[in-house]
Amino acid sequence: MRVSLSWLREYVEIPDLPVDELERALVDLGIEVESIVDLAGTVTGQLVVGEVMDIEELTGFKKPIRFCRVNVGSANGTGEPQEIVCGARNFAPGDRVVVILPGGVLPGGFAIGARRTYGRNSNGMICSVRELGIGDDHAGILVLPEHVVAEPGDDARPVVGLDDVIVEVEITPDRGYQMSLRGLARELAHALGVDYRDRGRVPATPGTAEPAYPVEVRDPVGCDRFAARMVRGVDPTAQSPGWMRQRLTVAGIRSISLPVDITNYVMLELGQPMHAFDADRLTGPLVVRRAVAGEKVTTLDGVTRALVPEDMVICDAGLPNPLAASGDGLPISLAAVMGGETSEVLPGTVNVLFEAAHWDPAMVGRTARRHKLFSEAAKRWERGVDPALPLVALDRAVGLLTEYAGGTASEQVLDVDHVRPRTPIFLPADLPSRRIGVDYPPARVVALLEQVGCTVRRGTDRLVEDPGEVAVAAGGGETLSVTPPTWRPDLTDPADLVEEVVRLDGYDRVPSVLPTAPPGRGLTWQQRRHRAVSRALAERGHVEVLAHPFVATGLADQLGMPADDPRRRAVRLANPLSEEEPLLRTTLLGPLLGIVRRNLGRGLRDLSLFEVGTVFHPRPDAGSPPVMGVDRRPTDAEFAAADAVVPRQPRHVAVVLTGDVEPAGWWGGGRAAGWADAVEAGRVVLAAAGMPDRQVEVRAAEYAPWHPGRCAELLVDGTVVGHAGELHPQVVATLELPRRTCAMELDLDALPPAPPVGAPSVSTFPPALIDVALVVAESVPAALVRRALVEGAGELLESVSLFDVYASEQLGAGRKSLAYKLTFRAPDRTLTVEEAVAARDAAVARAAERHGATLRGA
Amino acid sequence: MSYRNDPYDPKQVALLDPAALAEAVTEAEKAFAAAGDPDALAAVRPAHLGDRALVSLARREIGALPPAAKADAGKRVNEARRTIEQAFAARVEVLEREQAERVLVAERVDVTLPYDRRPRGSRHPIALLMEQVSDLFIGMGYEVAEGPEAELEWTNFDALNIPADHPARGLMDTFHVAPPGSGLVLRTHTSPVQARTMLTRTPPIYVVVPGRVYRTDELDATHSPVFYQVEGLVVDKGITMAHLRGTLDHFARAMFGSGARTRFRPHYFPFTEPSAEFDVWFPEHRKGPQWVEWGGCGMVNPRVLRACGIDPEVYSGFAFGMGIDRTVMFRHGVGDMRDLVEGDVRFTRAFGHGA
Repeated sequence: MRVSLSWLREYVEIPDLPVDELERALVDLGIEVESIVDLAGTVTGQLVVGEVMDIEELTGFKKPIRFCRVNVGSANGTGEPQEIVCGARNFAPGDRVVVILPGGVLPGGFAIGARRTYGRNSNGMICSVRELGIGDDHAGILVLPEHVVAEPGDDARPVVGLDDVIVEVEITPDRGYQMSLRGLARELAHALGVDYRDRGRVPATPGTAEPAYPVEVRDPVGCDRFAARMVRGVDPTAQSPGWMRQRLTVAGIRSISLPVDITNYVMLELGQPMHAFDADRLTGPLVVRRAVAGEKVTTLDGVTRALVPEDMVICDAGLPNPLAASGDGLPISLAAVMGGETSEVLPGTVNVLFEAAHWDPAMVGRTARRHKLFSEAAKRWERGVDPALPLVALDRAVGLLTEYAGGTASEQVLDVDHVRPRTPIFLPADLPSRRIGVDYPPARVVALLEQVGCTVRRGTDRLVEDPGEVAVAAGGGETLSVTPPTWRPDLTDPADLVEEVVRLDGYDRVPSVLPTAPPGRGLTWQQRRHRAVSRALAERGHVEVLAHPFVATGLADQLGMPADDPRRRAVRLANPLSEEEPLLRTTLLGPLLGIVRRNLGRGLRDLSLFEVGTVFHPRPDAGSPPVMGVDRRPTDAEFAAADAVVPRQPRHVAVVLTGDVEPAGWWGGGRAAGWADAVEAGRVVLAAAGMPDRQVEVRAAEYAPWHPGRCAELLVDGTVVGHAGELHPQVVATLELPRRTCAMELDLDALPPAPPVGAPSVSTFPPALIDVALVVAESVPAALVRRALVEGAGELLESVSLFDVYASEQLGAGRKSLAYKLTFRAPDRTLTVEEAVAARDAAVARAAERHGATLRGA
Repeated sequence: MSYRNDPYDPKQVALLDPAALAEAVTEAEKAFAAAGDPDALAAVRPAHLGDRALVSLARREIGALPPAAKADAGKRVNEARRTIEQAFAARVEVLEREQAERVLVAERVDVTLPYDRRPRGSRHPIALLMEQVSDLFIGMGYEVAEGPEAELEWTNFDALNIPADHPARGLMDTFHVAPPGSGLVLRTHTSPVQARTMLTRTPPIYVVVPGRVYRTDELDATHSPVFYQVEGLVVDKGITMAHLRGTLDHFARAMFGSGARTRFRPHYFPFTEPSAEFDVWFPEHRKGPQWVEWGGCGMVNPRVLRACGIDPEVYSGFAFGMGIDRTVMFRHGVGDMRDLVEGDVRFTRAFGHGA
């Protein structure tokens, strides 16, 4: 909302104060200040009133150009006429205009100088409204109206309103009353401790038995108040006064016609949205009712809108409506949101029916959203409008119209009033102190609440009107009975009143006290594990990314998932940002590979990325959660039933590698990332998660999107927890990734808790080292050979490491040699050669027995 | 050659002649000094200390001397030999030291050669900040609470006093899970974890909730449909807004230094009453020192406590939350939200491991 300080000053005595103090005052009350602009500073240099003396039309140019001599008094220092070239044509000799002299700067940094143009010297500029930054009108230059008192050479700033300060504020959604001069002025009065005149609480012409116009309100829930008054015989040519247009312009509202401008002006001033009907375009009584399905209305913006039965409409009962019962009439206005074309005020309108009503805010909000029609009126209704305003607003509108366009106001005033009086809120007088931690004596609480317009009754006794609220009085102290003012529908609970107390008393008065929490238990083991995994991967050279989880429906195909892959069942969004990507990821790899591609596109080729994040698996046949209220806690069963609908969201970790894991350099060549680096990343994760080697197993697998011959599955305690290896060449090609891109993905939530570490006993006796080279069939996994060696060797084996793998003609086709270094050691003695050899033989025998291994050279 | 019991005159035994011994010593010293390296020195050693060296030959003559002369001659020979040995040892030490020094010079390398053979990895700055904030609150006795990202509408909205027709719940602002009526959304804030925490724990509750949240904003320089928040929730007896303020002051000082200041501004949130936005004074802002809007906070609305089964007559609480992305942006001078989203390794690498 944008308003000028001069307008605010009509309601509140604002002292002269610096802009930042004004801003601070507003901010301290919870009014967000978008900007405060001192217009006097927007135009620098000499901006003066000029009188056009004569005009010479210059010809021979693409557009008509005028060479003007303008009397600017003594402002130019010589008293001579100022010569100015001007392209506008809407002025004549004798008109008074606004001239900026050379050296001045217009808004937007537009510096004005003396220059030669169109063959003449131009010394300054004659300004339009838009050039001055005070409006949008750029049809011609600004010609001062006759009634303006100003002499050539006078400072033009006060004349055109450039001596004002424009305040733009953002209103929080609970405080509709602030969306008006009336409300803002009230707040400023609180902040600055100055006098305030409430134009909304003045005696108004009461409703009469005889209506100003016949109106039938059929739905007092949707419309709990409807007031109207007629003005007949207005001058249809009457223009809106300049000050009104200027104020509307500042607020961002276009000037349309005097009656319409008045409704908008009153809305800005008091906060009461209104409507002006051309009474002569109404054929019968007005009916205020809900719409019937299928009905339509064409609103003032020229859009024909299909209505639904929740929308409220104002109908002309005189118009036949095939969709509704006789007497229901045809909708002529989308109530509370926007008027209709058929009854709007036109240039020739002489009889005006002003309407000021009060509508159900929830209904208006839904209607506005349904029709995507966030009019100034709708914004106010949604935030809450004072139901006590309609008659005051009518008086104000009628007064303005008769003042500027003549006519006669009807004696009759319609007022259909179903507004229910506010019930009091019972506030323990010490509640604000208890909630805020500042001592507010009861008298202070009462004074602050009265300041915002509440009616407060003091007393220690519970008032009998509201036995349901007994709990509030349980403290035994004084209880206040607080009736909020009509313009504060947001005040419903004691907590709301507490906020008013602290807000007015000042948030900056709240002291800083650190509460003492009971001793905590630190991170859970899962939380520690997530951190350990991320840190371990980063330390191994991987770079963490946080990808967006939105994926395309085609991703499952691109990743080569078989038809029955459970990862094809994904959570779908009803309103994705991109229709291309309506699903939530079931694997981290899709989004992660997208980030790989982005980096590749930026010329980065050696990439090793990781992400720790959730994937989403819908619950099959989940249905909808049970309906749960908020007036009490849901039962455990209710909440469990609701929670059972929530998609499973395990936390995964994934790594993608491409390019070199070790770059080439002066030390030699680089090393390309390979499947083994991906498997290693998986092992790093498992180790960081505290999984001991004995619980971990790696074996060959076939799983999308990996290369079927280069895919490992990672198991913990025999359960598959993830996969690693090189991606399938088809996937790599489809996703346009570099050849041999590798990846790992693992479900962290599938890992069991890390077992407690049993400390190994460290022998100080010397080891016996024996190398063995075993020949086995090519198809035998090294992991199994190793296990056989370990199991066969028995307790004397301290470690086993595979240091060579090769195949050769000598070994024969389909065979490979695995060379191991076995380290034997006893806890209590130096091993004899015989003991070590016996253990080696036992190890080899087990490998021979299980996998047909033979000792090379034996 | 002399023979036992021959008449003895040491002067007649040329090898035992003091002058000859003295000369042998001088010769040896000269030869050792002339050797330029340990090998050359080793080569000249036999001539002066070997079996055929004068001092060795002279010693053999002593046995033939009469007993009276033995002691004197032996002493002379031994002295000469010891002197030569000492000269040799001294020369060895010098030459070995010189050689070691030459090796050190010869083995000199250019230590400024770059060696980035094991490229460094890094954590994402958002993840690091979430851990830092969590640690800070853990230090104050809080625990870290978590919850699902695809969340019940009830916990994301209803339980937090955001009624069914609140604008924020619509398709314009909130991602809804299909089909319509699923009752599920992508959580729009970390606050549903508040509801879950209150439903599953009994006060006193002191938790901090870091996490990923979603809103239907297109990605641009200042918005992302996916972003990160951290929030805190305290429910205990006698909790006041002063406690909220004290907690946030402590938080701000821990994050931004002991001179950090905070400012509360009244605001509106459905789930807190009274509510405030809080700013922190940030002197190192890339656009100059200024108040930075840091987050929202307030006293937990009694309606929220009631919906989550906590008696608002017995307990009160506060909650606060702030954007992690925003904080990273102003703390590190990140000018464009997309840098946090796109995963460009050049950006992320700068943040290292967050020591």
